[in-house]
Amino acid sequence: MKYLANVTTLDYSADKCSGCGRCVEVCPQGVFLMRDKRAAVTDRDLCMECGACVRNCDFNAITVNYGVGCAAALINSMITGGPPSCDCDDGCCG
Amino acid sequence: MQILKLVRKKIPPFVTGSLETTAGRAPVIATDWSGADFQGMIKSRISAFRMNYSVLPGLYAVGTPDGNSDVFVSANYKLSFDILRRSLKGMHAWVLVLDTNSINVWCAAGKGTMGTEELIKRITAARLDAVVVHKRIILPQLSAVGICASAVQKQTGFRVSFGPVEARDIPDYVRAGYKKTEKMRIIQFPMLDRMVLTPMELNPAMKKFPWFAGGTLIWAGLQPSGILFTDAWTKGLPIIMLLLISVFSGAFVTPVLLPFIPFRSFAIKGWITGMLLLMLSVQAFGILEHADVFLLSAVYLFLPMLSSYLALQFTGATTYTGMSGVKKELKIAVPIYISASTIAGLMMIGIKLREWGLV
Repeated sequence: MKYLANVTTLDYSADKCSGCGRCVEVCPQGVFLMRDKRAAVTDRDLCMECGACVRNCDFNAITVNYGVGCAAALINSMITGGPPSCDCDDGCCG
Repeated sequence: MQILKLVRKKIPPFVTGSLETTAGRAPVIATDWSGADFQGMIKSRISAFRMNYSVLPGLYAVGTPDGNSDVFVSANYKLSFDILRRSLKGMHAWVLVLDTNSINVWCAAGKGTMGTEELIKRITAARLDAVVVHKRIILPQLSAVGICASAVQKQTGFRVSFGPVEARDIPDYVRAGYKKTEKMRIIQFPMLDRMVLTPMELNPAMKKFPWFAGGTLIWAGLQPSGILFTDAWTKGLPIIMLLLISVFSGAFVTPVLLPFIPFRSFAIKGWITGMLLLMLSVQAFGILEHADVFLLSAVYLFLPMLSSYLALQFTGATTYTGMSGVKKELKIAVPIYISASTIAGLMMIGIKLREWGLV
């Protein structure tokens, strides 16, 4: 299953990649694969902006504006003006 | 140490004994689920019971592990912990439970409670370097959102391996020499998984339902002289039924049939499902046969949109929707939701005013 096309903020610079393979190991959507001892992007539109790759890339080769992709959280943050958070009263995020 | 804490709190039924380690005694845990575990799973899937469904953080033993056994890390949401221990059946291993405020692995990692700092703290508190002779620790893959492997290694000496997404793949992962196949690292979202999540979509929607239903009854029965109960029922009930169908469409049918509904946008998916179900119900039950054009317009304007709104909420539960996409959907959908609801509301008022001969 794929979400909207051309919206992800994922950015990857192959020249900074050391080939450690952590991004391939952590991405739950299969966005990365190893090609010629470096990571390569398979399909950007698969990215769900969870941020696992960014947190585990020690060479700053990846950037993504990560956060919760939850409508309720984003609507709440629009209303309150705060950052989007999963903490809702009815325990939707357990 | 861990055992003492448990004794003070009353030993939970999944603890079957204790094991002496070089760093104190560790509780031994069962790899089978009891009736209470199944019950807990169901309750936590359908209600706010989940908010407090937790186990004590710390080190546990599965089987009779020794200094060479693997260490698996979990969250202290009991369902996460239960799924892990069930997957370790027949193995000898250590389980290190982090304090994630009884939130599951992926959500806790997103919030930062299943994070680098907490892991380092628990490794140190459990004196893991005294319990095992190796320096390897296996984490659920989805915890990588909150845990930086290199920082953990720098601080504790333990090398983090992110294991499979699903705990049930752990035995195969271990047998394969700690190697993941593509299937083990890519998250799936099959129909059953989607269905399991729908009670938590229906629940909050149904909490608000009585307000809508009550409002509809009052609208249907309201006369300048008071409320006419026969009108409230005969004119109100069909609309309440359609309202219920629209909630069901957005919070249940759309999530379950997700990949089979055209378009990638959840708002559009929900609207299409809502419109189809609305037309079907109107046909099948012969509702609104004599309704005037304003009522029909209001119903067809508002109800598919309600389904769309509820479907959009499901983005919070899926395994593949990202923030930028949801933001884009909201930017377009919210103004439409607000203006369409306003128009539908004005139409409903207009209908009453005409009924009373005021316009």
